[in-house]
Amino acid sequence: MYRSTVLVCGGTGCTSSHSDKIIEALNKELEKNELQKEVNVIRTGCFGLCALGPIMVVYPEGAFYSMVKPEDIPEIVEEHLLKGRIVKRLLYKETVQEDSVKSLKETKFYAKQKRVALRNCGVINPEIIDEYIAMDGYAALGKVLTEMTPQEVIDTILASGLRGRGGGGFPTGRKWSFAAANDADQKYVCCNADEGDPGAFMDRSVLEGDPHVVLEAMTIAGYAIGASEGYIYVRAEYPIAVERLKIAIEQAHEYGLLGKNIFDTGFDFDIHIRLGAGAFVCGEETALLTSIEGNRGEPRPRPPFPAVKGLYGKPSIINNVETYANIPQIILNGADWFASMGTEKSKGTKVFALGGKINNTGLVEIPMGTTLREVVYEIGGGIPNGREFKAAQTGGPSGGCITAENLDVPIDYDNLIAIGSMMGSGGLIIMDDTTCMVDIAKFFLEFTVDESCGKCTPCRVGTKRLLEILDKIIEGKGTMEDIDRLEALCYYIKENALCGLGQTAPNPVLSTLRYFRDEYIAHVVDKKCPAGVCKNLVQIKIVPDKCKGCTLCARNCPVNAIEGKVKEPHVIDQSKCIKCGVCIDNCKFGAIVRE
Amino acid sequence: MKSLAELQAIRDKARTQLNIRNENEDNIRVLVGMATCGIAAGARPVLNTFVEECAKRGLENVTVTQTGCIGICQYEPVVEVYVPGEEKVTYVKMDAEKAKKVINDHLVNRNVVAEYTIGAYSK
Repeated sequence: MYRSTVLVCGGTGCTSSHSDKIIEALNKELEKNELQKEVNVIRTGCFGLCALGPIMVVYPEGAFYSMVKPEDIPEIVEEHLLKGRIVKRLLYKETVQEDSVKSLKETKFYAKQKRVALRNCGVINPEIIDEYIAMDGYAALGKVLTEMTPQEVIDTILASGLRGRGGGGFPTGRKWSFAAANDADQKYVCCNADEGDPGAFMDRSVLEGDPHVVLEAMTIAGYAIGASEGYIYVRAEYPIAVERLKIAIEQAHEYGLLGKNIFDTGFDFDIHIRLGAGAFVCGEETALLTSIEGNRGEPRPRPPFPAVKGLYGKPSIINNVETYANIPQIILNGADWFASMGTEKSKGTKVFALGGKINNTGLVEIPMGTTLREVVYEIGGGIPNGREFKAAQTGGPSGGCITAENLDVPIDYDNLIAIGSMMGSGGLIIMDDTTCMVDIAKFFLEFTVDESCGKCTPCRVGTKRLLEILDKIIEGKGTMEDIDRLEALCYYIKENALCGLGQTAPNPVLSTLRYFRDEYIAHVVDKKCPAGVCKNLVQIKIVPDKCKGCTLCARNCPVNAIEGKVKEPHVIDQSKCIKCGVCIDNCKFGAIVRE
Repeated sequence: MKSLAELQAIRDKARTQLNIRNENEDNIRVLVGMATCGIAAGARPVLNTFVEECAKRGLENVTVTQTGCIGICQYEPVVEVYVPGEEKVTYVKMDAEKAKKVINDHLVNRNVVAEYTIGAYSK
């Protein structure tokens, strides 16, 4: 029995800032102090506050250490774990109190969150099945197999109002009932873990922090629709997630929670992993199925829908990781419990990956109906450097932007579509007044041009032409007719592309045009980039009255474009300047401006 | 896995180790002084006895934690017990056997072991 438990984040974020070295140092120091039998060190999944990583929490005190370095470990072990004195200088600032440690749950970042899909992330050791079972893991599967009929399972999911968390928002229970209704000798349950939106890492965190929840939910789905086999299609770029899934599948087999005759009920189910090579289009369900079958990942026309003719031509369901992560909780706590959270048509919670110009970069799970203002200013801790919020991009390259005037719209599927954006899978990129919206549209379009599979012309050729027009505008060569052509082509692609990738590819352009048309016009008519991002439309100048001639800018310029004598105003040679802005950052007198 | 009972058994066994990760403010808190003075006087076996006995008895409402020196080094090992809504009780000159009695009498049956308290010693 351990008297103290140290949780060290082993998610991808903290692992890349060397949390593995911290675990190593911890074990070494504990041994040195003969504490290895008293203190339990556990590598968990993501805590969510990735901006403060590597993260380490010590229980029973609940002390939350942030940005820990391996060289801090001897102090933590000797002071905290041996002598019981919390090392205050390393605590997350918001949790420091005079005489005790404030609970993490009371901090602004966590207070408004409601963790359902992420409930075990950062709590259990994802590589030990017993810890998942201790948190009521596999109890839902036991209940389903021993007490419920497949139809009752589907009815529960239907009644909960759960909708697909991958972006489309289709009711999960309906998907299951379609597949259950089709008779076949073999059916399949698939898990879409091909998370490809730039800046999104919700699914990765669930797989890394709580892999068993996905296995349990897929097995429940198998029972509900009458399938005996499941496939998880996961990106090869998620090595930690893949590794933990493999361990989880192996442990579930050992315990007989996968395989033959589960819970002695005669029900068989097995799960296989398929690695995706990183093509964005494989996140589209029909392309994903094609890829699992061993073919090039290209979409196929629907109908027939996968529930009729899916994997290997058999009835199949495909749900995303986060959708599955909700299922066991719904079975255990009941449909009413789940439906009590959220808005009228969007029940439950949603996980978002917060990124971009925001203080608390990381993973948050909020009840549907929370406003963007709460997410940005309370949970997210606001915009860095006192800048102003300009817009937020949801849904990645398929989504659109939410502007400041819509900060108070409750976030749910239908509200986001009404304001020209979409829920998407959960990437939430915050932009401030230094972000150029034309440039953002170009960024996402470059991504879709790269990722277009090439099967249909509107997507393959159309998105390329869109990008060319945007490039022209950004270079300052655009005309007003270009803006009209851009918009017309967007609608044409939306109507004619074969799959979701092409149909949604123009969204970033359309939504920035809708809310920031004046910025496009500024690029075309005034030949200016209001945010000062597009290099061809920007000049960096030194204001002679303010320049003290300190030479700091000239010394830091990477291309030697700044000339001038000491104590005399300097001048930038525009033919050499690459507009990198290093001089602006270095100037102590605010004498250099972007125009 | 053949039955729900089998699953339940694994759950209960693993549960005791995970309880420590719950921050429950209604819990009884047991603070063992683990500064240099406490450790030198034998606080570690006391701390470990509290942890192990509470786990053995399945006392989910008790949080055992360590604390620093509270300034009465001559009375170490010192153990403070906070029952929510009641006054703090300070036990002094503790050892593993006394710890077991405190768990049984005080933590489980809510009777303060008067003879071990600082009040009894300083008389």
